[in-house]
Formats: sequence, C-alpha cells, structure tokens
Amino acid sequence: MLAYALRRIAQAVPILFLVSLISFGIMQLVPGDPAAMLAGPNATPAELAQLRQNLGLDRSFLVQLGIFYGNLLHGDLGHSLILGQPVLETVIERSPISISLAIYSLVLTILFGISIGMVAAMRHNRILDQIAMVIALIGVSVPNFWLGLVMIVLFSVQLGWLPTGGYVPFTEDPLGWLRAATMPAVAMALMQIGLLARLTRSTMLEILGQDYIRTARAKGLRETTIIVRHAMSNVLMPIVTVIGMILSVLLSGSVIVETIFAVPGIGALLGNAILARDYPMIQGGLLFVASALLLLNIAVDLIYAWLDPRVRLQ
Amino acid sequence: MTLVTDMAGAAALVERRSFWKNRTVRRLLRHRSFMIGMALCLLVTVLAVLAPVISPFDPARMSIRNRFQLPSGTYWLGTDNLGRDIFSRIAWGARFSLAIGLGVVLLNAVFGVLLGALAGYYRRLDGILMRLADALMAFPSVLLAIGIAAAMGPSAMTAVISLAVVYIPRTARILRSSVLVVKEMEYVQASIGAGAHDIQILCRHILPNCMAPLIVQLSFVFAYAVLSEAVLSFLGLGSAPSVPSWGMMIAEGRSYIREAAWLTIFPGVAIAVTVLGLNLLGDGLRDVLDPRVKLHD
Repeated sequence: MLAYALRRIAQAVPILFLVSLISFGIMQLVPGDPAAMLAGPNATPAELAQLRQNLGLDRSFLVQLGIFYGNLLHGDLGHSLILGQPVLETVIERSPISISLAIYSLVLTILFGISIGMVAAMRHNRILDQIAMVIALIGVSVPNFWLGLVMIVLFSVQLGWLPTGGYVPFTEDPLGWLRAATMPAVAMALMQIGLLARLTRSTMLEILGQDYIRTARAKGLRETTIIVRHAMSNVLMPIVTVIGMILSVLLSGSVIVETIFAVPGIGALLGNAILARDYPMIQGGLLFVASALLLLNIAVDLIYAWLDPRVRLQ
Repeated sequence: MTLVTDMAGAAALVERRSFWKNRTVRRLLRHRSFMIGMALCLLVTVLAVLAPVISPFDPARMSIRNRFQLPSGTYWLGTDNLGRDIFSRIAWGARFSLAIGLGVVLLNAVFGVLLGALAGYYRRLDGILMRLADALMAFPSVLLAIGIAAAMGPSAMTAVISLAVVYIPRTARILRSSVLVVKEMEYVQASIGAGAHDIQILCRHILPNCMAPLIVQLSFVFAYAVLSEAVLSFLGLGSAPSVPSWGMMIAEGRSYIREAAWLTIFPGVAIAVTVLGLNLLGDGLRDVLDPRVKLHD
C-alpha cells in the first residue's frame, strides 16, 4: 500500500508542475499591456509604470517565470489588485464557505444520484425507470445558474420559504446555514445528480446481469437481500472513483452559483476577480483550486486502493 | 445518353437505398432517444438558420414604449427591459450558441484527433502529451475556460478557443485509448510488418476504426460547449454586447427577475432544450455506435 501511495504521489508531481505552468501561462495570454488594461484610459505614465513594476511586467518572460516559482516556493501567490491582500490568505479565508457548500452539494448528489439510479435499475424498462431517466437527463441539461435564478423566484420571491442569498456560518447557526445553503447546493448538485444517476443505473444493470447474482437468485434469496448484500458494494466501488470528478465540477459551478446567491466563497471571489480583471487573483485562485483538487484526487485514489486491493496490485 | 442518365439515377437510388438500409442508420432511426434528440436539434438549427426570416423584429431594435411586454400575438415571448423582442433575440442567440458549439467541436475534431492519435501511436510522445492533458484536466473545466477567456478578453473567438482548450484533452484521451486498442489488432500489425508508412497506417487503418467513440464524444462536447458558452456569456466573457446570446439574455434579465421573470425563463428554456437534444442525440449514438461506453466526462 505504501509503495502504491508513493507511486501515486510521484505521478502527481509533474502534473502539479504543469498545472503551475499553465496558471502562469494564463497571465501571458492577456493581449497587449495588461497594466494599461487594468489602469484604464485616464492613468498617467507614472501610474502605469508603477503598476507594471508591481505586476512584474517590466521584467523579461524568464525572469517573471523565475520570480513566480520563487514566490510559489515561499507560499506567495501574489497580491490581489482589488482587495490589496495576499491571494493565498484571501483564498484560504474563503475556503471553509466553499468547502461547506461543496460537501452539502456532494451529499445531495450522492444521496439522490445513487437512489434515482438504483430505483431505475431495479425497475429496468418500466415506467419508474423512464421517469427517473427523464429527471436525470433534465438535470444534465439545465444550466445551474438559470436553475438558481428560477429557484430564487419560486422559493424566495413567490413562496418566501428561503432567503434569496447570503451565507450564515454553520458553527454560528446550523439552521440558518441550512436555509441559506440549500438553494445554492441544489443548483450546483442537479447536473451531478443526473450524471451519477445514469452511472449508477448502468453499473447496477451490469452487475445485476452477472453470474453471482443469478446464483443468489437461484438459491432463493430475497431481492432486497441480493441488492443490499451482494450488488450494492460492487455498485458503490466505481462511484468512489468519480467523487473527485464530481467535486471538480461542483467547484466549477460554484463561481457562478456563489455569485448569484451572494455566497462569499472562493467561487464568488474568482467571479468578482474576473469581472474586475484582477489577474493575480485569477491566476492564484485557479492554481489553488487545481492543486487542491489534484491532492483530493490522490486521496480518493488511495482510499479506493485501500478498499479494493486489486487496484494497488495492478 | 438516356441510358447513362438512367444508370446514374439508378446508382444514386441504390446508394440512397443502401444509406437508409444501412444497419447502423436503421438502428439509429429506431432509437427513440436519438430521434427525439434529432428533432430537438433540428428545431434549434432551423431557428438559427432561419433567424433573419422568422424573427418578427430586429433583435437589437429598442422600443422604450414597449418595455416589459408580456408574451402576446405581437411579441410571442414578450419584450425585455429595453423593449427588444425576446423571440427574435432567442432565434439570433441560437445562431451564436450553435456557431460557438460547432467551432469547439471542429477544433476538438482536429486537435483532439491529432494529439490522441500521436499519443496512442507513438509511445515516446504518450507520456508528455498525456501528462499535459492530465494537468489541463486538473482544473475544473468551466473555471479554466473562464480564466482563459478573462485573460484573452471577451469575444466569440475567445469563447471558442477557451472551451476548445478545456475539452481537447478529454477528446484526445478517448481517441488515444481507441488507438491503443486498434493498434494491437492483427491487420494493423500486418500492415506495420509489411512496411507501410506510419501516416498511411494511422489514416487508413487505425483512425477509421476509432470513429465511433469520437463521434459520440463530439456530440457530448457540443452539448457541454453550448452550456459552458452560456456561462461565459452570463459572466460577460462571451459575445459582444451587440450580439444576442442566451447567457447574456439571462444575465440582463436577472435584475428584473422579480417583476419580469420571462426575461430570464425563456433563454434558459432555449439552452436546456438545445443541450437536452444534444444529450439525447449523444445517448443514441453511444448506444448504437459504441455500446461499451457507460459514462461520458
């Protein structure tokens, strides 16, 4: 297991390097002079020169790259141009909000995705299967930001059940957190619920057609026992592997969903940075999120290898 | 002369018949999801192509007197905050969404195939190309597209490039795994043994047999591109303000959602219908062409 863990971590090192290189490269895509773009048309030459110096744009490409990696090794992702704070500090400060929202969203995804997929597989080709798959397909097709807005109209404006936005920390008021986080979490989760339901259904159908299930049926076991004791564990195994992917998509969606619901997480931070052309924040934020996801994927792989010895022996 | 014309006609007829009698085409025509998806996609395509003809009004024409009109006989889907006809803007928005989707699919078809084929065929390139793909795929997809689009500045070209960069590694990965499988087949090994040139082997023997998973992947890339373009436009990183796009219409309607929800609802329905159609089409293609694939990323 240790050998597998070390191998998996070693594989991630070059990818992490490339991720940092891509994050650096994004800043180089800015056409013309980013300082002129940021400073606006009324900036004086002195102000422009100062901004160029602050951004390191007055140095050559290689020097900029060297400074970028030098700072990175010291845990410095640069300073936000708008907030005036260190990027890493700001991103870490906002992380708990996005993490709590992503976990809530993930719980909803797993709960509903697996349930809908299981029901569809157990009622294969019947009306319940078709209804479940139509729901899953609609989930995959509806844009999350639009769904968020429709939910605001329905549940906040019309019915007055939930607040239109904002955030309450879980530690201060759990019920308030639940009320504030439910609509953003549902908006983020819907597409993943659809994908997971489709994956669960097809995996379950494949497993239900296998010999050992037929044997279990032949010896007269009840259908519930077959599903819970024999099929379930084998259905859940491949699903563990997609959790990293699901979290990645959930975080992707958080930029727009957090902006709509005024949740002050990393998503909204990046969304605002994009609108304000705060390049150090965009660069640092992207690097932080991608690195965190990379580490999370390693953790998921290690858990999977621990659960299923075949993976680490391959 | 008549005989020649007759023979040409007969040949065309046979060809046409053989197309409809082709096993794959027949299975697709019998596939319910595929046919519903096809109908929805055709509907949106017709809307996009005929936008200049079927739009009752100029999509940019403002009429302050007719602001916030409810759907009616004159304004089929109502008007927005500047009195612009929503149906006309949705029809013109379909052109933009489909053009972006098509652009992303084309770039994926070219570069995804090229990189996937190189990685799958040349083991020495595989390591570098696939690590690069892993690095690009480590970023949450829409987030990376937003980052690139924000850096390059908002335009249709930016939207196409940023979304293509996000989805090309995924397409390349799928093609690579197909190339790896086909490369080991006996007829390919025989061709290598007979001394055929690499390009000939790839183009004539390997790639034609990797088309099924590629077509399925591209149909899903189209769906994701339409969805992600709406996100970019919503954030002001897609179309120019003068070009109507569905994401931008939702963003503009957002401020008036309490009193005029239709400004937001109709463009959202247009996105959902298009993506639903493309997903159904992709599901049908996958079931018929590549039944082994269970989940698309």
